[in-house]
Amino acid sequence: MNISVQTRNLTRRFGRFTAVDRVTLDVYEGEIFGFLGANGAGKTTLIRMLTGLLKPTEGEAQVAGFDVWGQSEAIKRRIGYMSQRFSLYEDLTAEENLTFYGGIYGLRRDQIEQRKAILFEHVGLQPFAGQMTRDLPLGFKQRLALACALLHDPPIVFLDEPTSGVDPKARRSFWNLIYQTAQLGKTLFVTTHFMDEAEYCHRVGIMHMGRMIAVGPPGQLKRQYDKSTMQEVFIALHQSSEEAA
Amino acid sequence: MYAIKVRQFRKRYGDLEAVRGIQFEVEPGELFGIIGPDGAGKTTLLRALCTLLLPDDGEILINGLNTRHHVADIRQIIGYMPQRFSLYQDLTVEQNLNFFADLFQVPEDERRARLEQLYRFSRLGPFKKRAAGALSGGMKQKLALSCALIHTPDILILDEPTFGVDPVSRQEFWDILRDIQRQGTTIVVSTAYMEEADLCDRVMLFHQGRILALDQPSALKAQYRFPLYRIEADHLPEMQTYFAGLSGVRFIQRFGDSLHVSFTREPGDDLWQTARDQGLQRFERIAPSIEDIFMDLTTREEHESVEH
Repeated sequence: MNISVQTRNLTRRFGRFTAVDRVTLDVYEGEIFGFLGANGAGKTTLIRMLTGLLKPTEGEAQVAGFDVWGQSEAIKRRIGYMSQRFSLYEDLTAEENLTFYGGIYGLRRDQIEQRKAILFEHVGLQPFAGQMTRDLPLGFKQRLALACALLHDPPIVFLDEPTSGVDPKARRSFWNLIYQTAQLGKTLFVTTHFMDEAEYCHRVGIMHMGRMIAVGPPGQLKRQYDKSTMQEVFIALHQSSEEAA
Repeated sequence: MYAIKVRQFRKRYGDLEAVRGIQFEVEPGELFGIIGPDGAGKTTLLRALCTLLLPDDGEILINGLNTRHHVADIRQIIGYMPQRFSLYQDLTVEQNLNFFADLFQVPEDERRARLEQLYRFSRLGPFKKRAAGALSGGMKQKLALSCALIHTPDILILDEPTFGVDPVSRQEFWDILRDIQRQGTTIVVSTAYMEEADLCDRVMLFHQGRILALDQPSALKAQYRFPLYRIEADHLPEMQTYFAGLSGVRFIQRFGDSLHVSFTREPGDDLWQTARDQGLQRFERIAPSIEDIFMDLTTREEHESVEH
């Protein structure tokens, strides 16, 4: 398997505060990797470095083959992002939203048309292409938001709590879509506060005070710490790290 | 007497029927969860319990008082923490609490003791001089909760209090709710996060304005009739295809490094033996989650509405 994101002792300090502390991590193409951690654990700072928005203080990282130190513009073009409260235009149709984002990403009109066709098929939105976004059920808005994030065919996509608040059926079908997206060779990073969402990831990394304190598949972590849910694993790890600190 | 009694409550917004004639009771002192996705009607229901909107049909009784006729009395009984709470960002924690104490006319001589108690509950004592706007998300929620409790209500109603709150603060928030419950307060809390159902005494699974089920979380799980297995394999997509072709398989869901497979009845040893030849590594029977139960009930409901 090819490595998609590689970090070595990646560190970021703000003054005397170390937000990300020597994180070493390999994430592979086609992998769904979950970042878990309390507020202030360092997730956002780490992601900002991996998306080329913030320079590290120390350490190395390659993202999609580009170096975060000198090639952040190339990295930004290879990243897709889907926010928790999807930034879709409610009074545009589904199709118009895609065209609009295509323009933002600087795609040519023929490229936009081609990608639109592929993505409507991929996310299963064809029948709704002409509908006003505000009239789409939440589960479909979510699919449209993912299509927007995939528009410029990025190898790496970041998803922020992608399925919070949707009903369980829509949630499961959205995760199936994420698995299909991973099978195309895309790497997907998921940040979430909800440990049941973490269960859907291939591997998760748990952060605490800037450090990556555990990395592994959810099933393995649960066995390792002898817990039945990821929430329990998380709380146990958090408590033992607090005591050690 | 019930803390809350809801009879045939119905609420429409134009063509949309937000709540469709529901009926339930909440016992005094219980921690009662309303679990449902966005758009289920949770906020409409909670606002009606707080007298903030009136039923189109049906009745809501709070400690026996009808929300149609006893608005002022009921508001003294109820503490309400809405979804987007408007704390005064540029007032300190203490000033916010005092503001709400004024609003609810908490007598001066009781106020100090009440505030001390709330600081203990919320663990906000060390932050009383901090501006609300400078608090973390978890602390803001705790301040909002404290403001809702300022007048010592019998019944506390919380609309998605843990939305967007990190897992550690969330755990702490639920611990605080348990503390409040131990003081005798009845708590009704809504959430879209299915996993939080397990933290309630009883839960109502709520979907499209209807009650799918209402019981203790353990009882809901016990009613789930279908054997559910967690499966690990060398190649999950192939294993998924393999199980999809078997009869007696109700559904298969991918979960990261595993599959969850639900069967109509207990599979025999021969099934597992054959699956091993196909690359099965490990299997274990697991308890259903509230999400599994919710899924099952909504699917069943759709089938029934098709048959009618």
